[in-house]
Amino acid sequence: MNSDAQPLLRVEGLRRYFPVRNAFGVQTRTIKALDDVSFDLRPGETLGIVGESGCGKTTLGKLLAGIHTSDAGRIALEGTDITALDDAARRAIAPRLQYIHQDPGNALDPRWTIGRSLDEPLATHSTMTRSERRASVRKTLASVGLPETHLELYPHEISGGQQRRVGLARILTLHPRLVILDEPTSGLDISVQATVLKLLRALQTEFQLTYLFISHDLSVVQIMCDRIAVMYLGRIVEIAPTKELFATPRHPYTRSLLSAIPQIGGRRVTDTFTLEGEPADASNLPSGCRFRSRCPKAAAVCAERDPILEPVGSTHQAACHFADTAQGGANA
Amino acid sequence: MIAEPLLEIGDLRLGFRTELGFARVLDGVNLTVGRGRIMGLVGESGCGKTTLARAILAVLAPNARIEGGTVRFDGMDLLGLPRARFEHEVKGRRITFVPQDPYGAFNPLFRVGDQIMELMKWKSPRREPGERGLGPLLTRYPSARRKADRDAVLALLDEVQIPDPTRALTKLPGEFSGGQRQRLLIAMALMTKPDLIIADEPTTALDVTIQAQILKLLKRLARQHGVTILLTTHDLGTAYEICDEITVMYAGQDVETAPVATFFKHPCHPYTARLLESLPDPNREIREIGGEVPSLLAPPQGCRFHPRCERATPECTTDRPPASGSGPHIVRCYHPLTVATQVSS
Repeated sequence: MNSDAQPLLRVEGLRRYFPVRNAFGVQTRTIKALDDVSFDLRPGETLGIVGESGCGKTTLGKLLAGIHTSDAGRIALEGTDITALDDAARRAIAPRLQYIHQDPGNALDPRWTIGRSLDEPLATHSTMTRSERRASVRKTLASVGLPETHLELYPHEISGGQQRRVGLARILTLHPRLVILDEPTSGLDISVQATVLKLLRALQTEFQLTYLFISHDLSVVQIMCDRIAVMYLGRIVEIAPTKELFATPRHPYTRSLLSAIPQIGGRRVTDTFTLEGEPADASNLPSGCRFRSRCPKAAAVCAERDPILEPVGSTHQAACHFADTAQGGANA
Repeated sequence: MIAEPLLEIGDLRLGFRTELGFARVLDGVNLTVGRGRIMGLVGESGCGKTTLARAILAVLAPNARIEGGTVRFDGMDLLGLPRARFEHEVKGRRITFVPQDPYGAFNPLFRVGDQIMELMKWKSPRREPGERGLGPLLTRYPSARRKADRDAVLALLDEVQIPDPTRALTKLPGEFSGGQRQRLLIAMALMTKPDLIIADEPTTALDVTIQAQILKLLKRLARQHGVTILLTTHDLGTAYEICDEITVMYAGQDVETAPVATFFKHPCHPYTARLLESLPDPNREIREIGGEVPSLLAPPQGCRFHPRCERATPECTTDRPPASGSGPHIVRCYHPLTVATQVSS
């Protein structure tokens, strides 16, 4: 891979803590939503961020998009530090970095025509003339597979699937470099999901997009992403190319996560799944490794030292004291 | 196939009056669930699976109208049963319900134990059939029965692996995680010793590792207690995990019913086949189903899938295909993909 090329996005030691306050407004505990997260994103690739609820994947997306501010760490987009920008500077980079909510169709203003919704980002962020903008809007609308006649319609006049397409088109009119997709398929029926995934792929090729694909659904991430980062309670516990991660997962949590996906026609998870318990309370983490309380391999060292993300291969990193000894295979 | 099935739904038609007209949500649905089986009801949003589940329990919205069909449960005609008898004997007692959202199912202000005991006061299997009260406030809960019920509750909480059941009863719902709450709800569904549990998307709101735990638990308890389960889900993986048979619905019609192995290996209905193809699979390209689910206000005539079906012919657009196939594999299509008989053995 082109690992020597400059990364499109570099995240270093990113941290975000949320205070928990009691009835008197006094901070009693801290939720470590994101705790020292670092990774690189190369131009043109799709990096999947997976994990269960509360693992910090959405917080990560929101920090990158500037919706939350970070407590520590550094975010660099194409070499420029974008960690703490004022509003004007944030607006200046907005065309390059876009954040897509779970249902982009929902973000449309019900009182605006589709045409006006699509024109707004261009009017705000570009110096195009009105007729240039109109041409650009038409082109984008066509790229998401909608007819030009839709420009005059209001969101309620088109179907939910089409609204979603318009929502995507709205983000693409600015030709962003990096698109953060937050759970783009969660809650969708599988046939609709297939349509959305196909569209996302087609758009990636057409507009040379880089995706940060946040999802809890491993089977979707598997077909969409080049690399996957697995998160657990605010940490990246493993990051590797998709094929490698599925073939030889090194972290016990990754292995449990993979073995929990139902595989139609294969083994039944209800017969084989063994992971007990639920994730620890994010405001009251166990000492040492955060997965220790559920880990089948937990030993004394896990309670003493918090494992850091270390290379276990040329492109593969894992945060486990036993990452080297653990033999791979989700089905093992 | 000798024993009478526990639940038999025949040609059920119902709809909802809306501002825009009458929405035909169920259009002649047929469903048969054998005793002790786990039947999966699979389909996409708006296909009517939840409406069907609610119709069995008679908890439909007030604007619903049943236009025809039968619901037979253990030899009784549920649609014709007097309301008071249905409420007293069947609903929440012989047929119980596990909801989709474990967060919304409890009242957050009352202790879990109080909510469970309130249920047991009315629906306990130890309650005499003739035991009628003077309304909710004046009816007493006999202390001998209360004690027996409480012991049964504690035993069940232990069975669903709630740690320290006695203490759990004194907690508020907010003190439990989503997975724990779903365990409580499964326990509650079992407390009245029901014949049938209707589980409406019981794991959709849960994380994947918790989902695996809950499905495992549900399957084990169903077998141990000999309970029949009707499980609605949009997730084919969930259906594969615990179901014995699967029925697929599309836009208010049942299109195919098959034992789980046959269902995934030899789907006969074009919709089932396309649904399976749209599952994410790393070994092939994603295939979508063209078009969109029809509006139920003006549904297509005949087979409701015909506008999106590549095998459709003129007859599909006028009359609904009859049930064909043999044995447990039934398909409603004029042009099924493979002959149902070859795989039914």
